[in-house]
Amino acid sequence: MASVELKDVRKSYGSTEAVKGVSIAIPDKELCVLVGPSGCGKSTLLRMIAGLEEITAGEVRFDGQVVNAIGPTERDIAMVFQNYALYPHMNVFDNMAYGLRNRGTPKDEIKRRVDEAAKRLELSHLLDRTPRQLSGGQRQRVAMGRAIVREPKVFLFDEPLSNLDAKLRGQMRVEIKSLQRALGVTSVYVTHDQLEAMTLADILVVMNGGLVEQAGRPLDIYEKPASTFVASFIGAPPMNLLKLSDLSVTAPAGAETLGFRPEDAVIASATSGLRLEARIEAVEPVGAESFLHGTTPGGRVILRAPGRSQVEVGERVAVNVPADKLHFFDAQGKRVEGQGVSVQI
Amino acid sequence: MIGQSPIRTFIAHAVLILGVLVVAFPIYYVLVASTHSLQTILRPPLPLVPGDQGWANYSTALFGGVGRIGGVAVGTLLFNSTVVALGIAIGKIIISLLSAYAIVFFRFPGRMVFFWLIFITLMLPVEVRILPTYKVMVDLNLIDTYTGLILPLIASATATLLFRQFFMTIPGELVEAARVDGAGPWRFFRDILLPLSRTNIAALFVILFIYGWTQYLWPLLVTNRSDMNTIVIALRKMISFADADTQWHLVMVTCVLAILPPVLVVVLMQRWFVRGLVETEK
Ligand SMILES: Nc1ncnc2c1ncn2[C@@H]1O[C@H](COP(=O)(O)OP(=O)(O)O)[C@@H](O)[C@H]1O
Ligand SMILES: [Mg+2]
Repeated sequence: MASVELKDVRKSYGSTEAVKGVSIAIPDKELCVLVGPSGCGKSTLLRMIAGLEEITAGEVRFDGQVVNAIGPTERDIAMVFQNYALYPHMNVFDNMAYGLRNRGTPKDEIKRRVDEAAKRLELSHLLDRTPRQLSGGQRQRVAMGRAIVREPKVFLFDEPLSNLDAKLRGQMRVEIKSLQRALGVTSVYVTHDQLEAMTLADILVVMNGGLVEQAGRPLDIYEKPASTFVASFIGAPPMNLLKLSDLSVTAPAGAETLGFRPEDAVIASATSGLRLEARIEAVEPVGAESFLHGTTPGGRVILRAPGRSQVEVGERVAVNVPADKLHFFDAQGKRVEGQGVSVQI
Repeated sequence: MIGQSPIRTFIAHAVLILGVLVVAFPIYYVLVASTHSLQTILRPPLPLVPGDQGWANYSTALFGGVGRIGGVAVGTLLFNSTVVALGIAIGKIIISLLSAYAIVFFRFPGRMVFFWLIFITLMLPVEVRILPTYKVMVDLNLIDTYTGLILPLIASATATLLFRQFFMTIPGELVEAARVDGAGPWRFFRDILLPLSRTNIAALFVILFIYGWTQYLWPLLVTNRSDMNTIVIALRKMISFADADTQWHLVMVTCVLAILPPVLVVVLMQRWFVRGLVETEK
C-alpha cells in the first residue's frame, strides 16, 4: 500500500535513451497501465520502478520517499513476469513460499498465506506439482500467487497475459482487476494491448518513444486523445484520420488533421456536422456489428455499422459525423480544441 | 530402412556382435585370468573359463601386499586412487561452478580478462606446465601427499566453460524473480543455480572422476613412496619386462579392481546422467 511517484525519470543505455523523462503520479490503491508499441520503454520504466534497473536521472518515490538507491527486495515490490519466471525445480507451494522464506517469515504464517492465495487462485489441488506439469494459464496463476502472498507495497506486471490465448486472456484480465481491487495494492501494469489497457486501468499512460504521450482516465483519453498517436493507438479499429487540406471543412485555427471514431459516423445524409462521401471497398461483418472500409477525398476510413450492413462493396455512401464528435490535430499531431463544421462534400 | 530386409538385419547384427566381441573379449580375459594361478596363465594354451584361484588371488592382492610395488596392498592403492579421483572431480566441480557463477552473473573489472585467461588455459594441459608445477610442489613440500596429487589438477577450464554455457541459458527473468524474492547472491546460487545444475554436475562428475582415476603422468612424478601410489601407477610398476618376474595373476586382479570403481560410478550415476541428456527444461 503506497503511492508511487515518478519525477522526470530517465534511462540511457550508453548513448541511446530508452526513457526520456517520464513523470507519473499513481495514488494509493490504484492500477496504472503503461501502454505503447513494442520498444517504447515500458519495460525499462517498470524495471526502474522495481529496482532491477538503475535510474539514470530523475526520482522514483514510494509514499513520498525516494527509493532510487534501494534494491528490489527492500522496495517491497512483487513482480509478475511475461514468461512467469517460475523456479522450474520447485513445486507450486515452494515457488510461492520462496520469497517469504527469504524474509524469515514463520513457517505457519507462510503456510497460511500460501494456502489462502492458492484458494483464491484455485491452485489448491496443484501445490505439489512442478511448473512443468502445469498449463500456461495455471503457471500464470502461480506467478500471480507468488506476488500476492508477499503482500507487497506495489505490484508490478510486465505483459503478464501475452502468452495466453485470447479467451484465457479475457478471463484473467477480469480476475486481475478484481484481485487488485480486493487486495487494494497499488499496481503498475505494462501491456502493448490497448484493449487490456482500457479495461484494466484506473490511470492510463500512453507511451511512445520513451515519452508519455498522454496520461489520464481511460475514457477521458478515449474521448479526448491528445495526439494523433494516441488517437490511432487507443481504440480498435483506430480513429479515422483525414487530411484537412483535402476536405472543405471549417476547422479551428492551426488544425491540419481531422479525426473521428468509426462508431461516431452515421451512414446517412444530414444537414449539420461533417458530411463525406465514401466509396465502400470492403465489408467486414463480425456479428454484432460490421466494419466498412472506404475511401474519401481525405483518405481511407473505417466505419462501424450496427448489425448486418446492407451496404454493398463499390457503393457510394454519405457519411455524417456530428460536429461534437470531431477531433482536430495540428501539424505536429497535437490536439487542437474547438469544433468545426463541414460545408460541403 | 535398416531392418527391412533380413540380409541387412543379419549383416548389421553380425557387425555389432563382432564389435562387442572385440571390445569385450580382453576384459573377459582379464576377469578369467584373475582367477587362475600364475603357472596356469604362463602355460599355453590360455584358459577361457574361470579357474579356482579367484579367492586366493584377490585376498593376496587386496590385503597381502605385492612385492614389486613395495609390498603395498592393492586395497591401499584403491583408497589412494579413490581419494585422488574424488578430490579432483569434486574440487573441479566446485571451482568451476564458482568461477562460472562469477563470470556470468557479476559485473566486475577485468571480467572478460579472467574469462579469456580461463579460456586460454584450455591450451595448457598438465603435460605442458608439468616442470614448473613440479617445482612448486617440491617447494611447498607437497610431494607424496594427497594435496600434491590433487591440487595441480583441480582447476578446469573445460568444466568452467561448460557451466558458463549452461548459466547463460538461464533466463534473465528467473534471476530477476529471485532478486525480487529477496534472494541474495549466495541464496540464488544455493537455491536456484545449484539445483538447476544438478544433472550437469552429475554428468561432469562421471567424466571428471574417470579423468582423475586414470591420471598417469602427474601421480607418477609427484609420488615417491609406494604407499602413496595410485592404482594406475602401481599397475604399471607391477609389470616387468621379464615375464617370469611379473606376477600376472595379481596384475589381472589389480586390473579388475582398477576398472571396478569407474564402472560403479557410471552405473550409479547413470540415472542422473541420462536425465541430464534428455531433460530440456529452462
Ligand atoms: N539492456 C539494454 N541495453 C540496451 N538497450 C536496451 C536494453 N534494454 C532495453 N533497451 C532498449 O530500450 C528500448 C525500450 O525497451 P523496452 O523497455 O524493453 O521496450 P518495451 O517494453 O516497451 O517493448 C528499446 O529500444 C530497447 O532496444
Ligand atoms: Mg517489454
